[in-house]
Amino acid sequence: MNYINLDNISFTPLLPEVKQVMTEAVNSDLHNPSSQHKAGEKSAEIISDARQAVAGLINAANPRETVFTSCGTESVNHAIKGAALANREKGNHIITTNIEHNSVLRSIKRFSSQGFKVTSLPVDASGRVDPKAVQDAITDQTILVSVMHSNNETGTIQPVEEIGRITRKNKVLFHSDAVDSVGVVPVDVEKLNVDLLSFGSNQYGGPPGAGGLYIRRGTRIFPLLDGGVQENNKRAGTENLICITGMAKAAELAAKHMKERLVRLGEIKDYLVGKLPGYIDEYIVNTNLEHSLPNLLNISLKYIEGESVMLMLDEDNMAVSTKSACATGSLRASHVLLSLGLSHADAQGTVVISWSIDNTLEDIDKFLASLSGVVKTLRSMSPLYNKPGT
Amino acid sequence: MYNQVVMDHFKNPRNVGVIEDPDGVGEVGNPLCGDMMTIYLKVDEDERISDIKFQTFGCGSAIAVSSMLTELAKGKTIEEARHITNKDVADALEGLPKNKMHCSNLGADALHMAIQNYKDKKTGVARKPEQRQEKHEHADGETCHCPYCDVEISSDAEFCEACQRKLTEEEH
Repeated sequence: MNYINLDNISFTPLLPEVKQVMTEAVNSDLHNPSSQHKAGEKSAEIISDARQAVAGLINAANPRETVFTSCGTESVNHAIKGAALANREKGNHIITTNIEHNSVLRSIKRFSSQGFKVTSLPVDASGRVDPKAVQDAITDQTILVSVMHSNNETGTIQPVEEIGRITRKNKVLFHSDAVDSVGVVPVDVEKLNVDLLSFGSNQYGGPPGAGGLYIRRGTRIFPLLDGGVQENNKRAGTENLICITGMAKAAELAAKHMKERLVRLGEIKDYLVGKLPGYIDEYIVNTNLEHSLPNLLNISLKYIEGESVMLMLDEDNMAVSTKSACATGSLRASHVLLSLGLSHADAQGTVVISWSIDNTLEDIDKFLASLSGVVKTLRSMSPLYNKPGT
Repeated sequence: MYNQVVMDHFKNPRNVGVIEDPDGVGEVGNPLCGDMMTIYLKVDEDERISDIKFQTFGCGSAIAVSSMLTELAKGKTIEEARHITNKDVADALEGLPKNKMHCSNLGADALHMAIQNYKDKKTGVARKPEQRQEKHEHADGETCHCPYCDVEISSDAEFCEACQRKLTEEEH
């Protein structure tokens, strides 16, 4: 089946080289990296090499500052819960934004009833938080600021570097959820002044089941998982060697091919954005085109609903994702889209198009032709649609 | 996610459109959840629904529900059509996902409002738009589910024990 995958934000296919190293790992004589015999030491070496590769991708000064986790969500939970609890005696105030991923929002929310105070900052209509608002929100009780690097729904990139300068000056810990940025755009923990940075593996062609948390040396943080002394005492539990080897290979390739991938992904984005008005009218671009990921575009199609769009495109063998309330388990409109100032009706018509280096401009042409038909069909049955001229 | 009957009605919806100069119009909608439906009726001298059309803004199940509802109501007398329930529509579709049962399954409500509008027109009753709104009641046998974790809950639950979340009635 000739299926066009424009839903890479939900799952990025594993790179062939990643599949290969993981298959080799499955077929090799792996052992527990904590064991001191030869087989164990060999496995420990694999982890050590993997840590070098992953640390290189985010420019960590010391590989030991990178901790392997099971996924981006675990990294975020570890960063927020571990840092908040370890710094409780210093203060009880946490600053975040209204558009964070649920792993951030819900981790923080769990604390808000336990003596922690939370300031959640708004974003402007372009989807960005004002660094000055972060400065203004900091009090002598502030122990942690958490602002995402790029948004998982809109792809909009936040002014993390500026915020990092502010938190550094104020001696407040700074965490950034960079799950959708790392491996896609350059992320440099030194340049960004972050103390904690969460990232995954699948976003750049590695396997789900592995993630990473950057913990700057000297940062006070508790482990999320207590037990053995793995991961330099920061994350107990026998390491997921197979996924870690895949993640390391993906990280190595991401760093090596970053420049050419950025060009390729950016070309697709420019092409899509440029061609869209020729195929559909009355839509809202929710992505900040000046500051955003090169592999994603979020649009709201007026008068129609996203799940219907997604299902009809699926009939044409094309995958996109939607942020319509109807397509979520919770049946609630996306908090990110409402934060941008969208009405509930407009938020309902939201489609997220996300591509990879495997997509071609021809894929985009086919997608646009199909989307144009779907929009016409759904608008023809929508009570909200006023046809031009009536 | 959806069964074949639902997908068939979603992909090939029956009776889409507007009736010019209709005998009755019914509109239901929930801007928070997002689904909105309008039903247009043409009623003949024998009080029979001779034509019915719909317009829907909503998800796959909302479109399928509208389509199936019009099929069920077409050719029926007003009295017969009045007894069509949301559950009848869901059953005719051979089931809908649990979390879609409440918010998307509004077809019968829209039909009942269109019938009421027809009767009002006939008897010369003028209602304000807000008086035409009908509260969406659960039909017999229709149960509420938590929109977050899908566990069955009572219709007046303000809190989901299973996932520890607060709920409003509209969210069931």
